[in-house]
Amino acid sequence: MASRARPLGLVAPALAVLLLALVIAPLAAVAARGAGLSLGPADWAAVRFTLVQAVLSALLSTLLAIPVARALARRRFAGRGLLITLMGAPFLLPAVVAVLGLLAIFGRAGLLNSGLAALGLPAFPIFGLQGVLLAHVFLNLPLAVRMILQGWLSIPAERIRLAQSLGFGPAETFRHLEAPMLREVLPGIGLVVLIICLTSFAVVLTLGGGPRATTIELAIYQAVRFDFDLARAAGLAGVQVLICAAAAGAAWALVRPAGFGAGLDRETALPAPGGWRRVADAFVLASATLFLLAPVAAVALRGVPGLAELPPSVLPAAGRSVLVALASAALTTVAALTLVLAAANRPRPLVEAAATLPLATSGLVLGTGLFLIVQPFVPPMTVALPVTILVNTALTLPFLFRILLPEVLVLRADYGRLADSLGLTGWPLLRWLVLPRLARPLGFGAGIAAALSMGDLGAIALFAGERQATLPLVVQQLTGAYRLEAASAASLILVTLSFALFWACDAGGRRAAA
Amino acid sequence: MKTTLLAAGLSTIALTALADTPVLTVLTYDSFTSEWGPGPAIEAAFEATCACDLRFVPAGDGAALLARIQLEGAASDADIVLGLDTSLTAAAAATGLFVPHGVTASTTLPVDFDDPLFLPFDWGWFAFVHDRTKLPDAPKSFDDLAASDLKIVIQDPRSSTPGLGLLLWVKAAHGDRAADIWGALADNIVTVTPGWSEAYGLFLEGEADMVMSYTTSPAYHLLAEGDDTKAAALFDEGHYMQVEVAGKLAGTDQPALADQFLAFMLTDAFQSAIPQTNWMYPVVTPAAGLPDGFDSFRPAKSLLLSPDEAQSARDAALAEWQAALAR
Repeated sequence: MASRARPLGLVAPALAVLLLALVIAPLAAVAARGAGLSLGPADWAAVRFTLVQAVLSALLSTLLAIPVARALARRRFAGRGLLITLMGAPFLLPAVVAVLGLLAIFGRAGLLNSGLAALGLPAFPIFGLQGVLLAHVFLNLPLAVRMILQGWLSIPAERIRLAQSLGFGPAETFRHLEAPMLREVLPGIGLVVLIICLTSFAVVLTLGGGPRATTIELAIYQAVRFDFDLARAAGLAGVQVLICAAAAGAAWALVRPAGFGAGLDRETALPAPGGWRRVADAFVLASATLFLLAPVAAVALRGVPGLAELPPSVLPAAGRSVLVALASAALTTVAALTLVLAAANRPRPLVEAAATLPLATSGLVLGTGLFLIVQPFVPPMTVALPVTILVNTALTLPFLFRILLPEVLVLRADYGRLADSLGLTGWPLLRWLVLPRLARPLGFGAGIAAALSMGDLGAIALFAGERQATLPLVVQQLTGAYRLEAASAASLILVTLSFALFWACDAGGRRAAA
Repeated sequence: MKTTLLAAGLSTIALTALADTPVLTVLTYDSFTSEWGPGPAIEAAFEATCACDLRFVPAGDGAALLARIQLEGAASDADIVLGLDTSLTAAAAATGLFVPHGVTASTTLPVDFDDPLFLPFDWGWFAFVHDRTKLPDAPKSFDDLAASDLKIVIQDPRSSTPGLGLLLWVKAAHGDRAADIWGALADNIVTVTPGWSEAYGLFLEGEADMVMSYTTSPAYHLLAEGDDTKAAALFDEGHYMQVEVAGKLAGTDQPALADQFLAFMLTDAFQSAIPQTNWMYPVVTPAAGLPDGFDSFRPAKSLLLSPDEAQSARDAALAEWQAALAR
C-alpha cells in the first residue's frame, strides 16, 4: 500500500501546503498591515489564563470520557445506539446556545441551584473558572467519548476472546488490551480538545466572570476592533499557533501504536463484568446522560414557544446553511482522507501540521487576513459563500483527520501487505479496502464536519453580504433586536438541522460498516 | 471551484442589470440592516425619492464598523458609514477617510452636539434595566448599587460599545473616584459578556437582577410584548449617552447621492422608523410623536464626553477597570 499510493503522494503535499497557506497567509496579511510587534504584560496574562483553562478543560474532558466510553463499549441495553447518537449533541451546539442551556440547569436561577436552595444548601456559582471548565467539559466530552469508543470498538474480537480464554480479569484486560488502546487514541483526543479550548471565545468571556478570564482570542478582538493594532493581533495569533504546534508535537511524541493486529471482524463482545462494576457503569452512564442531555433539553424547551413568531426569512437562511454545510462536509471528507492516507504511510510532519494548525488560528485574524487578501481583486461580499465553505473546510478538517488517523494506521498495519501483494492501488484500493473499513469513522467525521459548518460564523462576518444571511446570522440579528424568544426558536432550528445532518452521516457510516 | 464560478457569474449578472441605476452603498452594523431593524423601511423610503439603489452592507457591530473602514481604507466601495458612536468617532476622524457632511440642523439631543464630520441619526441613554416586580426599589446611583447586594451583568468594554459606554459613564460621572466605584462594584458583577445581546439574554433568564442597557429597553417590552414590568433605574449623577452618527467617506463615487442621503436622514421618513426598530430616540421628533414608553424614563441629567475626551480617557479607564475587577 505504501509504495502504490503514488497519485495520492502528489496530491497530499499539495493539499497540505494549501492548508498551511490558509493558516499563514492571513496571519502574514494582517501582520504586514501593522508595524512592530509589542505584547504587553496584559497580553502575557491572557496567554497564561488561556493555557491554564485549556489544559484543565482538555484533561477533565478526556479523563471523564474514559469511564463513559468503557461503559458504552461493554454494556448492551435497549436504546444504546440512540443514546450514543444523542450524547453527541452538545458538541454540535453553537457556544452561545450551549451557555444558555447550561445556565438553565446550573445558573443562578437554574434547576440545580433551585434544588440546592430548597434543601438549604449553598448555591453552586457558575460564573468563574469552574463555569468555564464545566462548559468546556459539556461541549467536548461527547467528542472525546465518541473517539475513545471508536478505539474500544477497534480492539479485534479475537484478542478479547484470547484474553477470556486466558482467564483475564478486569485488571488484566485493562493492562493488556485497554491501556495500549488508550495510549494510542488519548493523546490525539486531548490535543483536539486542548486546541478547541485554546480558541474558545464566547464561552470563556460569558462564564468567566470578568477580566480575570481574558483569553488570547479576546485580546485579539481588542487589538483589531478597538485599537486597530494589527501587528499586535497578528503577534497574539502567532503565539496561539505556536502553542498549538507545541501541543501537537507533544501529543505526537506520546502516541504509541497499540499493535493488536488484524481480526476477522467478528462481533466484538467485551467482557461485561457483573457485581459492583455493573452498578458503577450504570451510574456513570446515568450521570453522563443527565449532565449532557439536560441542558440540551432546556435549549429545546426554550426554543419551542418562539417557533410561531419566526420570520419567513428563516427558511432560505436555513437552506443556505444546509448547502454550505453539505459542501463543506464533502470537501472536508475528501481532503482529510487524502491527507490521512498520506500521513499513515510514513511520518509526515508537514501533513500532520497542516491537518492540525487550522484549528489553532484565530477566527478573527483568519477572516481579517482573507478579507485583506481578497479585497484588491473582488468585492468581498460576492465571494461570501465560497469563502465560508473554504474556511469551514479548513476548520473542520482537523477533527476528521484525528478521527481517521488511528483507524488508518491500524488499516495499514493489518492489511497493507495484503493489499500490496494483491496489487491493489487507486480506486480499487479505495473501493474494496479503505472505504468499507473506514465507513464508520468517515460517517462520524463527515457528520461532525457538516454539523460544525452549520454553526460557523465568526471568521466570515466581514464577508457578510446584504442578502446572503445564513441561519447563525439570523439568530444573531434576532438577539440584537431584543427578539430573544424568536432567537431561541431559530437556534433550536439550527441545532435540530445540525443534529439531523450529523445523524444522517453517522448512521450512514455505521450502516455501510455493518 | 464551481461555487466560486457561480458566485462570480451571478455577481456579474447582478452588476450588469443594475449598471444604469446609481448605487449608494451604506456600511452599517448588522442589527440596522436586519428585517427587524430600521433598514428595510428606510431603504424603501429613500429609493422612492432617489432613483437609485440603496444598499446596506452589514459589518458586525459598531466597533467592527470602525475596524472595517480602517481595513478597507481609501479602496472602500462604501459611500457612507452609518452607526459609529461618539466613543469611536475620534479614531474614525483620525483616519482622514471622512469629509464634512455640511448639514446644519437642530436636533432633540439633550446636549450640544456639533461635529463637522459626523451627523447624528439617533441617540439613547445608557441605564441599568430591571424587573420592577422583583426589584421595586432600584438603586439611585452607582454608590447605591455598589452598596447593595444586587447582581448585575455588564458588557466587556474591549468587545462591545455599551461596555465602553459604561466605562465612560463611570468616568464622566465620577472622574478620579472611578477606580473606587469599580472596586466597590466588583462583587455585584455576575459576569462580563462579549456583547449586549448576551448580557440582556442572561438578565431575561434570571441570572442577574439588573443589566447594563438603555432607558428605552423597557419600551420594547411594553410595545412589542405588552409587558410593563421592566424599568430603567434613574441615577442621580446622570446618564451617559450613546449618540449614533453617520459620515460621508472621501472616496465616495456618489458624492451628490451621499449628500442627499444625509439630508434624508433627518427627515420624517427616516426618523419615524427609528424608535420602534432601533429602540433609540430619533434626533428629530417624528410628526406622529414618540411612541408610548419613550417618556417613562427620562434622566434629569445627561452626560457625554466629547469624542476627543472619550478617546483620551479610554485607555486609562480601561486599565482602571481591569485592575479593579481582576482583584
